[in-house]
Amino acid sequence: MNLLTIAWKNIQQRRLASSLTALSIGLGVMLMVLVLVIFGAVDSAFSQRSVGYDLIVGPARGSDLQLVLSAVYRMQSPSETLPYLYLEELKKDRRVVSAVPLASGDVTKEGAFPIIGTTTEYFENEYMPGRAFQIRGKRINGLFDTIIGSEVARQNRWDLGSEFTIVHGGADSDHVHDEKFTVVAVLAPTGTANDRTVFLNLDGFYAIAGHEKTVEEIEIRLRKFYASDPDRLTIALQQLESVKAQAAEGAASGHNHAHDHSHETPDAMKEVSAILVRTRLARDYPFDAMSLSGELQKGFQAMAVNPIRPIQRLMETLLGNIQKALVLLTSIIILVSGVGIFVSIYNSMADRRREIGIMRALGARRLHVFGIVLSESALLCIGGGMLGWFVGHALAVAASPWVIRQTGLLINPWAVNPWEAVLFPVLVGLAALVGFLPAMTAYRTNVAEALSS
Amino acid sequence: MSLLLERVRKSYREPGGQKLPVLGIERFEMTQGEQVALLGASGGGKTTLLNIIAGILTPDAGRVLIDGRDIAAMQEVVRDHFRAAKIGIIFQTFNLLPAFSALENVLLGMSFSGKGVDRAFAKQLLERVGLGHRLNHSPQKLSVGEQQRVAVARSLANKPVLLLADEPTANVDPANQQLILDLIRDTCRDHRVSLLMVTHSLEVSGTFPRVEKLHEFNHPELCLQEQAA
Repeated sequence: MNLLTIAWKNIQQRRLASSLTALSIGLGVMLMVLVLVIFGAVDSAFSQRSVGYDLIVGPARGSDLQLVLSAVYRMQSPSETLPYLYLEELKKDRRVVSAVPLASGDVTKEGAFPIIGTTTEYFENEYMPGRAFQIRGKRINGLFDTIIGSEVARQNRWDLGSEFTIVHGGADSDHVHDEKFTVVAVLAPTGTANDRTVFLNLDGFYAIAGHEKTVEEIEIRLRKFYASDPDRLTIALQQLESVKAQAAEGAASGHNHAHDHSHETPDAMKEVSAILVRTRLARDYPFDAMSLSGELQKGFQAMAVNPIRPIQRLMETLLGNIQKALVLLTSIIILVSGVGIFVSIYNSMADRRREIGIMRALGARRLHVFGIVLSESALLCIGGGMLGWFVGHALAVAASPWVIRQTGLLINPWAVNPWEAVLFPVLVGLAALVGFLPAMTAYRTNVAEALSS
Repeated sequence: MSLLLERVRKSYREPGGQKLPVLGIERFEMTQGEQVALLGASGGGKTTLLNIIAGILTPDAGRVLIDGRDIAAMQEVVRDHFRAAKIGIIFQTFNLLPAFSALENVLLGMSFSGKGVDRAFAKQLLERVGLGHRLNHSPQKLSVGEQQRVAVARSLANKPVLLLADEPTANVDPANQQLILDLIRDTCRDHRVSLLMVTHSLEVSGTFPRVEKLHEFNHPELCLQEQAA
């Protein structure tokens, strides 16, 4: 019989106390695993070092973080909109290689996945440097054709040809749009927010009942947006006037827009939530993004932000510290559990004095009994820790659909955080630490006295 | 020669700091396979003597030769190993470990000898003491007599040259007393193991070919005389 077997027998002898102490370690490790899994998901969701675009342009109302969360991570509703004409102007800028509009605000009825109206250019661009979209299916032709992300397809069990409806204005809204949408293509997993997004043709987005605005509303917005640039305002209002004229002409000829066919929305009536901008190659034109961003901040009610920095700031200043605090807290829980093991083993030493004496009388050396007690501590710490690790990940598996639904975070419940690799050496260290004193008590046991006790 | 004690002295230190002499043995010997009953009054140093012979205690002076080697002069690590390999001990209170089954208690006796665990021999020993059908029973599920029989089997697990038995039948009911006594003596005889058995019972000692009274060869006052000299 080796020392581990003897230690295991002793643990079995004190079944209840041993189980409870191992359980306390297990709970601590389980909490730590859950914290690490969740923060791992947050980290991987927000740690994209690049998103394939240099700038995100959006309305000035709201923060840069809100804009990035909305446009890149699809976790927030857009705060305001930009006139489509503004996108047209941006495209004319020589520094801009690509400007892709995004219109958002609705979600799918099933799974509450965000709906994004965009153009085919979105899929032609790389979503990350060096990574192009891989699409299974056909191109979008109809107004209500959609391309869905891999996670949408997996969770809603949708595939090519699936039909679905969407909810207006967010998951909490009761208003379900009448339009039926069809899946015509599915994206291969990208590990980004695209996986849980439903893409729609921009024109299709405007064609959804309730998305159109009145000419008067658009006029108010244009006046506000171009307030500091009368020339551009004049051009924008002229375009709007031509829309008004067409509408008046249609009304005079008895044409009714309330019937069931769709018209292409005039550009002057369109609005976008954000514009993803790629500037010329940074290698050749290193200051394009910076200069464009600076210019866009001036005058108009728009802002251009770097897609990475606000998130990095958030991660470093807030989430990073929360993670550290939670890891510290769970470490303290594990440490306290370790103290529990120490108390349990140490208290048992008085009762086991005679047993140690017997083993010594049978020929066990001091180091044998030292090793047996230390092994008990190690078995409790490591056994409890492994149980906690497994239960933690199992809980993450069980909770991941709910977390994805509630937060949009893509959780990989079996992903092992590097901190977890540190966990087991720490547990071994803890076992050695808490087992040392009781083991020394066993080591120092006076055999003759123990046998006569 | 299986056991030889020469000029063995042992004193304890009392709480007040004074020395309390316990053992002063000039010479005591046993031949291989010999069976000796040791009689003595309570507090007369019987257990101390057994502990010194077993190497659990070290004498203040003197030699304790077992199979030609002085256990008193060995380093503790060597002594522990020597005890496991050469000496079997049967305690008055059996001292089985409750976490282990009957078989495991015997195997445990083998675990520290360095000879390795011989499961078949352990089973054979238990069968020999009539417990072949109770190998996996924990001590709590065995009767007092059965527990002492497991202790007998455990004491012989490493094929010792010397078996020390400290009143092994004192806590056993009369029906089992003779059975256990016969078992110990027969087994020792079969394996040519020397047996030194401490007992209070004249009835028990009467069956032994050699009976020693501790007070006749133990002179604790020798410790004080030598200290004064």
